[in-house]
Amino acid sequence: MSFRFPVEAGAILAFARAIGDLDPRWYDETSPEGQRHGGVSAPPTFVASAAHFDPDWVYRPRPGVPWHGSGRGPGSRAPASGPGGGTSLHAEQHYEYHRPLRPGDVLSVEREPGRRWEKQSKRGGLLRFEEEITSYRDQDGELVLTATRVRVITERPVQP
Amino acid sequence: MRAADLKVGDTHTAVVIEDLSRTQIAMYAGASGDFNPLHTDEVYATQVAGYDTVIAHGQLTMALTAKLVTQWADEASLAAFGVRFVRQVKPGDTLSVTATVVSVDARDGGLLVHLELVTTNQAGDEVVTGYARLRDY
Repeated sequence: MSFRFPVEAGAILAFARAIGDLDPRWYDETSPEGQRHGGVSAPPTFVASAAHFDPDWVYRPRPGVPWHGSGRGPGSRAPASGPGGGTSLHAEQHYEYHRPLRPGDVLSVEREPGRRWEKQSKRGGLLRFEEEITSYRDQDGELVLTATRVRVITERPVQP
Repeated sequence: MRAADLKVGDTHTAVVIEDLSRTQIAMYAGASGDFNPLHTDEVYATQVAGYDTVIAHGQLTMALTAKLVTQWADEASLAAFGVRFVRQVKPGDTLSVTATVVSVDARDGGLLVHLELVTTNQAGDEVVTGYARLRDY
C-alpha cells in the first residue's frame, strides 16, 4: 500500500510542541540552530505523523463510523488482534535516516511486511512478532527514511 | 557538539519531561494522528480497557528520548535511531534519558558514533531502551 505525505512547516512546529521540544532548528530557519542544519528540518520521529495521510489508519474517528472511545457511554473494547482475543502491542521502532526531512518535501510512503517470528511467553501465551517496513521517498524518488515497526500479537489478552 | 567531539564512555543524562500531563499526551495525539482512546480518553481507559489511567503513546516516549540526543549532539546528523518499548508511561511520570557513547568507527571518510540510550521513570524503572548512530554533515 502507498500514499502521499506532504511535509509542512506548521505540522513540524505542532509536532515539536507536542513532544516538548522547542529547539529552534525545528521551526526557525534564521536561528543559528536552524542555519547549522541547513534550514528547518523535522524532529527524528516526525514521520509518525504520516498517519494523518494514511487512508487506512484505524486510530482516527471517521464521520458516520462507530468509534470505540467514550461518548454517552464508556466506549467498547477495541477489536481483538489475535484469534484468542489477544492484544497487539508496539514492541520496537527503528528509523534509518538518509537525509533530513524538510518542509516542502512530498514523500511517497510505502509499507511492506518484513520478518516474522514467534516466542513463547508465560503471560501472553504464544507471541507472534511482525515487522512492517515503511519507506519514505521524496519527489525525486530518493530514499529519505526507512522505518521498521515491530509489533507483537499475544495469543491471550494481556491485562495491564 | 559534533559527532567528532564524542569519545567512547562519554555520557549525558537529562530530564526530558517532568510531570507528564494529559494535555501533553492530547497534543501528541493531535500532532501524530494517533487518536487511540487508550492514550487520551480516561473514561475508556479505566472503564473499558481496565487500566488505572490513560497511557502515553510509546512514540511520545521515543520522541522524548530523541530530544536528548539532538540536544546533546546538537551539531551532528542522525543516521539511525531505534528503541524497544519496555514499560508503559503514565500521566505524572517524569522521564530521564541517559546516552552513552559505546563505539566510534571510521565510516565513509567520516566517523559513525554509536550511542546507547536508556529512558527511565521517576521510580528508576526503564521505560525505553535504544540506540542512536550519529555522524557529522
